Amino acid sequence: MNVLCLVELDEAGVTDASLRALTFARSLATGGPAAPGATGPVVAAVAFGPADRVPASLLGRYGVTEAYVVEPSALDGYAPQAWARTLEGLLSVTLAAAVVAAGTDCGSEVLAHLGALTGQPMAANCLTASPEADGTLAVSRQRWAGLLIEDAILDGTPALLTVATDVVPPVPVDDAADPAVLVHEPDLDPADLRVRAAVSAGRDGGVSLATARVVVGGGRGVGGPDGFAPLEELARLLGGVVGVSRVVTSQGWRPHTQQVGQTGTKITPELYLACGISGAIQHMAGCASAKHIVVINTDPAAPILSRADYAVIGDLAEVIPALVAALKERA
Amino acid sequence: MEVAVCVKRVPQVGGRIVVTPDGQDVDTRMSGFAISPHEECAVEEAVQITERLGGTVSVLTLGPAEAADQLRDALALGAHRAVLLEDGGREWGPAGTAAAIVAEVRRRAAEGPGCDLLLLGNEAADTGDYQVGVRVAHGLGWPCATGIKHLEITGDGARARREYRGREETFEFGLPAVITVKEGINLPRYPSLPGRLRAKRAAIEQYQPQWQPEGLRKRALRVPDQPRQQATVLGTGADAVPALVRLLEELGVLK
Ligand SMILES: Cc1cc2nc3c(=O)[nH]c(=O)nc-3n(C[C@H](O)[C@H](O)[C@H](O)COP(=O)(O)OP(=O)(O)OC[C@H]3O[C@@H](n4cnc5c(N)ncnc54)[C@H](O)[C@@H]3O)c2cc1C
Ligand SMILES: Nc1ncnc2c1ncn2[C@@H]1O[C@H](COP(=O)(O)O)[C@@H](O)[C@H]1O
Repeated sequence: MNVLCLVELDEAGVTDASLRALTFARSLATGGPAAPGATGPVVAAVAFGPADRVPASLLGRYGVTEAYVVEPSALDGYAPQAWARTLEGLLSVTLAAAVVAAGTDCGSEVLAHLGALTGQPMAANCLTASPEADGTLAVSRQRWAGLLIEDAILDGTPALLTVATDVVPPVPVDDAADPAVLVHEPDLDPADLRVRAAVSAGRDGGVSLATARVVVGGGRGVGGPDGFAPLEELARLLGGVVGVSRVVTSQGWRPHTQQVGQTGTKITPELYLACGISGAIQHMAGCASAKHIVVINTDPAAPILSRADYAVIGDLAEVIPALVAALKERA
Repeated sequence: MEVAVCVKRVPQVGGRIVVTPDGQDVDTRMSGFAISPHEECAVEEAVQITERLGGTVSVLTLGPAEAADQLRDALALGAHRAVLLEDGGREWGPAGTAAAIVAEVRRRAAEGPGCDLLLLGNEAADTGDYQVGVRVAHGLGWPCATGIKHLEITGDGARARREYRGREETFEFGLPAVITVKEGINLPRYPSLPGRLRAKRAAIEQYQPQWQPEGLRKRALRVPDQPRQQATVLGTGADAVPALVRLLEELGVLK
């Protein structure tokens, strides 16, 4: 089956979320019957930006066989409905039976528009998809921010899917070849451009919560807005950032940008050190992909202890300053 | 300014999520119900807008008769009118839900002052379909912005901002429009006592939209495998710090 995948570009080339979406697109393409007369399934990628910024060899390493680029002269910047219209136009060019995007703000929004433009259903945050004999797809997808999995049947051509990017790993191919990069001119409707983004300059430096290697988490147990200084210091010593629970943001102790969880940020660090957090499932939905979870909590029966690797039972106001002192001494 | 807000009644699960034996639903025997935090913020945003600019806030839900509770919660926060679209005991998907919302917005516009701004959550807490707002916008032919965390209403237009990958994206467009918001756009207020009393007495309009089948058909729900079991306890209080430092060393997170 031919599959078209939306690829988001960044300074490093292609976003990590898009590499995961490409991996998903490739397994979907090779899992089904090939298009009639074709030598092999096509994994087509489409990116928006200057052609010289499209990293062909990186795309090739992730199984892309054809790359389309929409240059700023044709469509400048992010306009969700115009991006969806472009994907719609590429369906007949690529003979794609499925369209895939990362389950990011951008990918989810563009595929929702494509669903509305084509009148097709869209399955959000998929983990797996495989063609059935009757032409439908068997999919598994996240509900409840990943706390539940739904097994479902997706009808319709093209099949529209976003990929749960915190779960599906990015896997390169063995026999990579650079795809041709073809400039594509989309056929847009004026209404497609009613909503387009003006984008600010990037935040300079600073580690972001979503990509930090270490996150020091603080919950209600921190006690108040003044309790976060030792957590900040610990995060700094570990080269990481502070993340918080919803209790902390809804009390106004910390800004919502620091919230980890279902309605906050999903984190994927090497280490999540969760202090004074009980481990409500909506919080765990944001940190389940952490490689290691270590807990500091006064309550040995707190639910988070049954979802963590290691724990210190104790008052964080005592343990964290002692840990900070020990790390400083060591340095 | 006429603002309408779409909210969805969902189970309020605590420490654990359990699926019914037939695999079709979340077991709600032990849980309460609520709307998603995103939608709470949408209600708050709508109330703040009409406090500034005048006008009314309508809350709208598609759900069972009991979803009147969630409408009353929104009325207690300052919404003025409430509409319950009865789901007829069926599970609705995103396309059908969007169609029912579109029909209700059109019906209102035919009867009186139409809606200038329609607010939804970015995604529902339970199904997480990430699309009802966009589908509603297409149904109405209105512009749409999603995932918004900062909103200004400027005369006859809107300026909406969100953060994406460390940058800020700003969208400007005319009204009427559909905007989906995320938690963080504001800090919702607590309901006042007079607000609660008013909500208790308020009338709720009810309609019965026609259910339609969806192209994504659920077979079963399941809880994903839990890779982690009970945590190994390193020690108690500050005495555990040496063991904690050794662990951090082993995990390779110390510079
Ligand atoms: C749809 C929905 C979405 C949600 N989204 C999110 C989300 O994105 N993120 C999120 O976090 N929550 C979210 N929640 C809320 C969630 O259900 C919990 O209410 C919240 O996570 C609890 O925060 P907490 O662990 O800080 O507080 P609590 O549950 O009150 O836990 C505090 C913990 O601190 C411990 N403690 C107390 N004092 C100390 C001390 N001195 N030292 C060490 N430990 C101490 C206690 O033993 C306890 O375990 C959501 C809820 C819903 C319904
Ligand atoms: N049954 C419903 N009734 C009213 N609004 C809904 C309903 N389902 C979804 N919505 C709205 O659409 C948003 C996105 O939902 P979804 O696309 O299903 O993730 C939610 O946050 C709600 O604001």
